[in-house]
Amino acid sequence: MTAKTLFDKIWDAHVVDRMADGTCVLYIDRHLVHEVTSPQAFEGLRLAGRKVRRTDATIAVADHNVPTEDRSHGIAEPESRLQVDTLVRNVAEFGVPYIPVTDARQGIVHIIGPELGLSLPGMTIVCGDSHTSTHGALGALAFGIGTSEVEHVLATQTLLQKPAKNMLVRVDGTLPPGCTAKDIILAIIGKIGTAGGTGHVIEYAGEAIRALDMAGRMTVCNMSIEAGARAGLIAPDETTFAYIAGRPYAPKGGALEQAVAYWRTLPTDAGAQYDKTVVLNATEIAPQVSWGTSPEAVVPITGAVPDPDAEPDDARRAQLRRMLDYMGLAAGQKLAGLPVDVVFIGSCTNARIEDLRAAAAIAAGRHVAAHVRALVVPGSGLVKAQAESEGLDKIFLDAGFEWREAGCSMCLGMNPDKLTAGQRCASTSNRNFEGRQGPGGRTHLLSPAMAAAAAITGALTDVREFS
Amino acid sequence: MDKFSHLTATAAPLNLANVDTDKIIPARFLKTIKRTGLGKDLFSALRYNDDGTEKPDFVLNQAKYRGAQILIAGENFGCGSSREHAPWALLDFGIRCVIAPSFADIFHGNCFKNGILPIALPPEICAQLMADAALGHNARLTIDLENQVVVRPDGTKIPFEVDAFRKHCLLNGLDDIGLTLAHAPAIDAYEAKMPAWQPAITGV
Ligand code: SF4
Repeated sequence: MTAKTLFDKIWDAHVVDRMADGTCVLYIDRHLVHEVTSPQAFEGLRLAGRKVRRTDATIAVADHNVPTEDRSHGIAEPESRLQVDTLVRNVAEFGVPYIPVTDARQGIVHIIGPELGLSLPGMTIVCGDSHTSTHGALGALAFGIGTSEVEHVLATQTLLQKPAKNMLVRVDGTLPPGCTAKDIILAIIGKIGTAGGTGHVIEYAGEAIRALDMAGRMTVCNMSIEAGARAGLIAPDETTFAYIAGRPYAPKGGALEQAVAYWRTLPTDAGAQYDKTVVLNATEIAPQVSWGTSPEAVVPITGAVPDPDAEPDDARRAQLRRMLDYMGLAAGQKLAGLPVDVVFIGSCTNARIEDLRAAAAIAAGRHVAAHVRALVVPGSGLVKAQAESEGLDKIFLDAGFEWREAGCSMCLGMNPDKLTAGQRCASTSNRNFEGRQGPGGRTHLLSPAMAAAAAITGALTDVREFS
Repeated sequence: MDKFSHLTATAAPLNLANVDTDKIIPARFLKTIKRTGLGKDLFSALRYNDDGTEKPDFVLNQAKYRGAQILIAGENFGCGSSREHAPWALLDFGIRCVIAPSFADIFHGNCFKNGILPIALPPEICAQLMADAALGHNARLTIDLENQVVVRPDGTKIPFEVDAFRKHCLLNGLDDIGLTLAHAPAIDAYEAKMPAWQPAITGV
């Protein structure tokens, strides 16, 4: 038998039918639905007189539009309200399980899937959202789809797809103190670029990846899409199985044993071939911060903004100039010490309990700089409750942070949490595109600990100076 | 979905690399529950000043490109989110074909679902087409999907690759769901053999 990769194994197990040209009908085990990319899909079903094929494999939640302040009185902004109300109407009409906005389990779709035990190893998982790659941390093939494909999965529980190519990113060695999973993935994107993984599914392996807890693995897989890859994968192991056991929707008893036995067969076989391999040494990674409007525009916090004139390619040089102009930075400028106006700790990249603990450890006993507005937005209601039971809310509030309800929030500013033009933000989210956090807003991506340090000093800061 | 077979139109040059989906259509315009009407917000930040007036320098604001149906762009076009609002906005503006050295995967797939043809060509060829496009409506390009060629204003033909299945769907305006439902017996058979450990989502 030929040696297979983790991706090959999951793919092959889900092929329903294969057409002559290699296009596959691929079975989808889990479909996560949110309010922004689903209205047109349900409308399509309605117009064609179709039903949802497997409501018991589908779950819906509103996260992008929801306010992160008290929402017992509903959503004030009419368009956001319409989108959430439309989801509520659609799930009722089509019989799709739904977690209401006021439910304790509500949260960012990519946080609650693993948290509730809905995302499991060996599954195919899709959502009308590119950061579905997050769930790959469990050893599931998870990827984002467009609204036409959302409709396709609702109607058929399958997708028409061709297999991606295999890419291995191996991170050897041990991560130095002060560095986190976020720094690993930013360093990877800095190295391979935002198109480095195009056409591929990235499997992350190596000592530094194996050493990560599930939260860290999710942070890494989350940003696979920023490296251009459709999905990221990490082979399931004891860390994964320990994380899953006891989660509300995870298999239990004999079913769990049966599942674990299968999951143990998933890791890539010795001798399996990858189409592309990239190797990094964790010991060389320093805390990262992005300086431009593309996630590949990233340097260590000790670094400086590059000079566009050194770029030979016209289109790239134009892009670099535009980035510096937009970000209000000069070629050669140092990143450390750059004043920030806002700090955002949240998003599906970094709003799990482990992330909040890391930020709280920096914030404890200190105070947010006078000119800074700092927000902490837990990834889900359950993360929020856990943090409160550990007293993290109190640490943040005492330090002058805002403590909010769960949702996407200032990751993309579809709710009232937005930057205003020209504001500079240290953000634990995943995209620094122009206007991403609000029109004219300037985003610097970094880890939760780095974000907390920036909040305290009021400027981009090397978190290693805080130890 | 509208069929796509043959298109002769003005091409607009947008010489920027890594044009992301937030740039194509910012998040604040994603609150619609419809597919149509997004054309006015296409490239919003590039196209309009803060007061809503047009930026005269932006390519699609110039008289000769207002009717453009083809866009020539830099590498990694459409990176970022999975929002299908990006191709919807392009389509609503009138763009039916995007030519670039490379595309982000999800955007590339979303184009085909909406009758937009994304064509990847080597950077040096894209540079030639960018130069053609700079001539405005004096230089129209022809896209011949059946024969898989782009015809330049001087008549030179540039061959391009396209996935055979996607080409077939575009040429015939086929709906994927209808095609997949023809495999319903295979889907039923697959489901009958699914492993028991996979929990159903009930009682939420
Ligand atoms: S937190 Fe940000 S990246 Fe994640 S799903 Fe929400 S908007 Fe998308």
